[in-house]
Amino acid sequence: MASAKEIKTVLFGPVFANNPIALQVLGVCSALAVTTQMATALVMCFALTFVLTLSNLFISIIRNHIPSSVRIIVQMTIIASLVIIVDQILKAFAYEVSKELSVFVGLIITNCIVMGRAEAYAMKSSPGMSFLDGLGNAMGYSLVLLVVAFIRELGGAGSVFGVEILPLVSEGGWYQPMGMLLLAPSAFIIIAFFIWVLRTFRPEQVEQA
Amino acid sequence: MSSKNDTISKTLIVVISLCLVCAFVVSTAAVQLRPLQQANMLLDAQTNILRSARVLDGAASAAQVRELFDKLVEERIINLTTGEFTDKDPMQFDYRASWRDPELSTQLSKQQDVASIRRAPHYAPVYMVRDEAGELKSIVLPIHGYGLWSTMHAFIALETDGNTIIGMNYYEQGETPGLGGEIENPRWIGQFDGKKLFDDQGNLALTIVRPGNASDPNHEIDGLSGATLTANGVQNTFTFWMGEKGFGPFLSKVHQGVLNNG
Repeated sequence: MASAKEIKTVLFGPVFANNPIALQVLGVCSALAVTTQMATALVMCFALTFVLTLSNLFISIIRNHIPSSVRIIVQMTIIASLVIIVDQILKAFAYEVSKELSVFVGLIITNCIVMGRAEAYAMKSSPGMSFLDGLGNAMGYSLVLLVVAFIRELGGAGSVFGVEILPLVSEGGWYQPMGMLLLAPSAFIIIAFFIWVLRTFRPEQVEQA
Repeated sequence: MSSKNDTISKTLIVVISLCLVCAFVVSTAAVQLRPLQQANMLLDAQTNILRSARVLDGAASAAQVRELFDKLVEERIINLTTGEFTDKDPMQFDYRASWRDPELSTQLSKQQDVASIRRAPHYAPVYMVRDEAGELKSIVLPIHGYGLWSTMHAFIALETDGNTIIGMNYYEQGETPGLGGEIENPRWIGQFDGKKLFDDQGNLALTIVRPGNASDPNHEIDGLSGATLTANGVQNTFTFWMGEKGFGPFLSKVHQGVLNNG
């Protein structure tokens, strides 16, 4: 088994040092789509965490038996099965949220982070470490998603988790919401700011021009 | 990844066994969870029917919704072409599935298809909502039409005159949150309450106008700023469903007093 230090790197590295969205700019698609509300973003984070950790785990368990000629399709089959299970569970136990997330849960299948970690890490590493790697990357993804959703929901709708923080003009308050924040392009801008802040504190992440 | 993994037989064995395992897991999940999912969908529809009829306000537990629905609401299937009630068993009728069934729906021509729903069903459910005393209070009609990005599904509750709107409720749509998605906002959709669908000549008069320009208290509704196309979709939904191919024939029967106490 790996040393404690290695575990820590694998688990917490992807949160700031090697964040899948901010550094590798993977999985941005869903970060745009589901971040208009904290609640949907949070459920999306749980869904992705479930899929990413388990897909890494299962792929790692059978990694020595996967023929390299069909390895991508084998990974996809495992990922797709997990995503369908998540979708079914959401429909059964969190119907309201699943209606709002609709197609985006299904789109976890094509989330670049899941494929990326399967191909880059789980195919070469032990099941335990792959599981932690999945968990770490899911945390990195979730952090960005929640930050973006917080800014978008607060600025765009004046609320957090649906609870009103800034009373809107249309409800008789004083806050004129920024409609721009509710549109997909705003997520790009917020993620860009996130990357900027992160790289200001960690200059080693800046690519050579 | 040793090369012995790449023989044809090993590849086939791995792929086939993986498929079997995945298929088994996925189908088990789907079958096991289906009763729960169907209960959720039914509950969701019932909640929205009660909401649109303004019988239910705010949050309610699943048991409350079921009890209220069973007590107050009767579902009937009508023939949209003739506008008459049928004896079809609502429990055996899947409305959404009928939209794709060539025997239960017809393809619309481009001119007819104002709400961009492609096929017009032959039969549709209507919900008769009574009060505690058993007197018919409202009829709830399901309508749908295309907005900017998505098909928007709503229930609209009418008084027994078949003209006055009691309430309306969009329960499924994928419009831009905060802009077109505001059609779900009670503040906006509440504008429909008390409006009349038709003018004195019996023509559809309900119009969504530019935001802030609604003047006719009976027929005009303020649109949504930043969501003109969604509002157009709502207008088109009304044009279609209150017309000949939609609930038009049924509503003219209602206007003649077919519900007997209107």
